[in-house]
Amino acid sequence: MIETLVFYFFSAVLILSSLAVITARNPVHSALFLVLAFFTAAGLWLLLEAEFLAIVLVLVYVGAVMVLFLFVVMMLDINIPKLREGIWAWLPFGALLAIVMVVEMWIVLGSERFGLAGVIAPEGHPVGYSNTKELGRLIYTQYVYPFEIAAVILLVAIVSAIALTLRRRKETKSQLASEQLAAHRQGRVRLVSMKRAD
Amino acid sequence: MDYFQDLLGPAWPLIWTLVKIIVLVLPILGAVAYLTLAERKVIGYIQVRIGPNRVGPRGFLQPIADAVKVLTKEIIIPSGANKFLFVTAPVLAIAPALVAWAVVPFSPELLLSNIDAGLLFILAITSMGVYGVIVGGWASNSKYAFLGAIRSSAQIVSYEIAMGFALVGVLMVSHSLNLGEIVKGQQGGGFWSWYFVPLFPLFLVYLISGVAETNRAPFDVAEGETEIVAGFHVEYSGMTFSVFYLAEYANMILVSALCALMFLGGWLPPFNFAPFTWIPGFLWLLAKIAFLLFVFLWIRATFPRYRYDQIMRLGWKVFIPVTLVWIVVIGAWMQTPFWLW
Repeated sequence: MIETLVFYFFSAVLILSSLAVITARNPVHSALFLVLAFFTAAGLWLLLEAEFLAIVLVLVYVGAVMVLFLFVVMMLDINIPKLREGIWAWLPFGALLAIVMVVEMWIVLGSERFGLAGVIAPEGHPVGYSNTKELGRLIYTQYVYPFEIAAVILLVAIVSAIALTLRRRKETKSQLASEQLAAHRQGRVRLVSMKRAD
Repeated sequence: MDYFQDLLGPAWPLIWTLVKIIVLVLPILGAVAYLTLAERKVIGYIQVRIGPNRVGPRGFLQPIADAVKVLTKEIIIPSGANKFLFVTAPVLAIAPALVAWAVVPFSPELLLSNIDAGLLFILAITSMGVYGVIVGGWASNSKYAFLGAIRSSAQIVSYEIAMGFALVGVLMVSHSLNLGEIVKGQQGGGFWSWYFVPLFPLFLVYLISGVAETNRAPFDVAEGETEIVAGFHVEYSGMTFSVFYLAEYANMILVSALCALMFLGGWLPPFNFAPFTWIPGFLWLLAKIAFLLFVFLWIRATFPRYRYDQIMRLGWKVFIPVTLVWIVVIGAWMQTPFWLW
């Protein structure tokens, strides 16, 4: 009973906040609504007893990804009237894309596998059950190859993203910490004994 | 208690939890208030001054006088500021600092909720604290506040990685995400069976990252009085400002408590014989938290502020490699017979 109420509350907040993401005029507000949407989605996952996924959703998306997103969005100087220019010219194209997407989603979600009858309600778990342990076991036994391939793809993405930023400009100055630490008095100061002039 | 249970029926668990939350939060807020006094006193004595000594005996009523002063001050909302976000930002800053205490165990029995993913929960909740700073800095409609917010978000995101890796080490050694189990895993001998011994580099990384995460000196570039006036809270006054202030101190206590639980044996005494085992575990935990808080203040009084690029260098080029290497070392070490923990 209470769980159903909580579910409907989270779902309502999730739908409203995701709507607000695309309707809010200010991009910073959109980003903050997206944070709210992630947070409520995590709440829904908690109701499914998937606590590891729920917490990681908050940790990664809310705690890191959206912070960087906000970081970028806050610094943009967005001219909203200019963005709205030509909306009528692009509307048919956008509408077509939207219709195709809705049809595709309908084909997938409306199929037998995704019906209410096709998805079994999650069973309750025994007291000592650890979602985290179970996930770790599956990832490193049954799904080890897909998992490792995904990891390598991500690693390549990281390396290429860093490689994009490696542009050395001549006028930038940077410190070499090792050189600074290696400095000692003998290299910098020379004591000279002067003859007294009397 | 049975009487109340009958009287309130199904609402009883809710009310009982609320009572427990209040019993937990009020002492924390009291500790936060007196930590501000402790900071001024400790730094005063380090700088050969006396510190606040006018209100009450030896200045012990100073936090109360501060609270009254702050409550009666006007809250100024700058023109062009986003009013709703401007007022929400301090709440966003302090809420995670208090919510995380829900899973912190004070002794094997004394805790609000015993959840298995406690460590992950704390990581997730504390990572949300940065929103208070970012939203506050943006909603103020001020250049200095905005610069402070940007500095702070970059810094917190960088140091969170090192902090997370330091916790991976704890996880590997303890085989559990439950904070109570982590402390129990450190039982055995005396202080040498606590995790700070095998995980010493990770302990240092965690402690220093904790200082950086809470935006404390020498990592306080988000405030940077001499560069950007007061950083993200430059436009805040009265109660809205003091909530930011309280959030910083609440976060300090939280980081110290977590450090004490994960690396310094939580409620366990340093020696397993008579006079030490008489003292209840709760007091040991408090003593460890108090010592770590003193270290926080000590660091602030000792080191000059880092420059921004030096902070980034320390986080990315020193801490993250150190933690990665030590995780591998621990992994290998645990497979050898020389592993004693």
